[in-house]
Amino acid sequence: MFADPRDTRAFEAPILFANQVEKTYPNGTVALERVKLSIRPGEFVSLLGPSGCGKSTLLKLFAGLEAPSAGHLRWWGEGTLPGARPAAADGARRTLAMVFQEATLMPWANVADNVRLPLDLARMPREQANERMRRALALVGLAQFGQVYPRELSGGMQMRVSIARALATEPDLLLMDEPFGALDEFTRNRLDADLRALWAERGLTVVFVTHSIYEAVYLSSRVVVMAARPGRVIADVAIDGPAVRDEAYRVSPEFMQHCARLSALLAQANTGVAPADPA
Amino acid sequence: MASPLLSRPAVQRIAAPLAVGALMLLAWQAVCIWLDVPPYLVPTPSAIARTLVEDWALLSGSLWVTLRITMLAFALAVVLGTAAAFVFVQSRLIEASLFPYAILLQVTPVVAIAPLIIIWVKEPTLALVICATMVAIFPIISNTVLGLRSVNPGLLNLFRINRATRWDTLRRLRIPSALPYFFGGLRISCGLALIGAVVAEFVAGTGGTGAGLAYQILQAGFALNIPRLFAALVLITVTGVLLFGAMVVLSRLALSHWHESELA
Repeated sequence: MFADPRDTRAFEAPILFANQVEKTYPNGTVALERVKLSIRPGEFVSLLGPSGCGKSTLLKLFAGLEAPSAGHLRWWGEGTLPGARPAAADGARRTLAMVFQEATLMPWANVADNVRLPLDLARMPREQANERMRRALALVGLAQFGQVYPRELSGGMQMRVSIARALATEPDLLLMDEPFGALDEFTRNRLDADLRALWAERGLTVVFVTHSIYEAVYLSSRVVVMAARPGRVIADVAIDGPAVRDEAYRVSPEFMQHCARLSALLAQANTGVAPADPA
Repeated sequence: MASPLLSRPAVQRIAAPLAVGALMLLAWQAVCIWLDVPPYLVPTPSAIARTLVEDWALLSGSLWVTLRITMLAFALAVVLGTAAAFVFVQSRLIEASLFPYAILLQVTPVVAIAPLIIIWVKEPTLALVICATMVAIFPIISNTVLGLRSVNPGLLNLFRINRATRWDTLRRLRIPSALPYFFGGLRISCGLALIGAVVAEFVAGTGGTGAGLAYQILQAGFALNIPRLFAALVLITVTGVLLFGAMVVLSRLALSHWHESELA
């Protein structure tokens, strides 16, 4: 279901393109200042920055939940949201899914109904939707939990359901807003590893918001570093780590070097002092 | 140390209050007998029970009249209140324009407007039902509006991202979110419907065949038939408790599989 022409991706048109996008709230707060960014197919891009740097706002703009105050966004080269129109002329599906900070499940519906929700809303035939739902639950390791209600699950399992719900739509673009921020470190590391494996296996395109340098380096093929007041992009760093990232990668010198570099960039943006080059 | 019997939830929830009630009735009976209280001041529980049995033909007819008005008013309050709530949440402007009048309905004492309604509406049962509905409708409106608005903003965003129609959002998100609030409204409203019915009957004071429990209380008061007055009072109270209990059961049936308030 996911084609994998990985090698040609760098030359493909961006899935998402933000051109000089700004967001100013009615009270005058500048949440984002002239952000220019493109997301290409197959990338895992993290938006990394402190609280108030506008990374969640940027993700909301990407999801079409808010409109920019200035500049414009292009999804698959078009100025309208994916899903706002029928299938593209070339027949390609163009769907976008989002995973929120909280699991955001419907407490009155069981896991199966929660995962099937986006498909039901899209009026997908029941048989096909059930098949997709079962596959998505199996992907996150919850195949046996379809009939369970969210309150009976742990926080980590609820988050898995939330990810399954996004994967069930077979999204061409997956937006994740600090999805594991509320979980303990062990659960978070395990889910990070699972997510990275899913990304590699399924050829997903992910934009991932986080304030953890380690998480960003572990997961990403690219890290967009942001600073606060006003929210802006200060660096765009490729993470050329190994394709398969295991626990050993977390303690490798290469990993540490990336972390130190991002840390220095963030410190510089927040104090205005240029640190010694760690490289 | 508590015996295992007393720590059982069924015992604590049902047997314990029943035991307290029985003790209080016993004490009441004992005080009445010891101090030789005349029955036209405070009748003994046994005298009230005897009156209930002896006057059952009369009282049960009145109970049915009051119960009918209560149920009609409650049903009307649920239907109209829910409908009003759905209208209110369609837009802030509609809510802002109409909600003050719903409050007006709530704060106006039913005793004060019942005479007017009884004059305007010729059919006595209908007049009483209207009065009781006016008392019972507000908790349904306000709770359902609150429920329909209390939607998890994250879920609302999820529905927006997935291009949910207004109808889908209502059916799959707003209505399920509102249910716990709605059932809370039902619990308050069923008791108010009964109170509204009794108060309206007092004001209307209708005699003859259509006489409800309030009429029996008035008549028994005039005739100093205090045991019958108490018997009618007992019937009203028991009706109110049973109505409330029915709403609790209904709420549990509807919500027990997911909502915190109904988890064991």
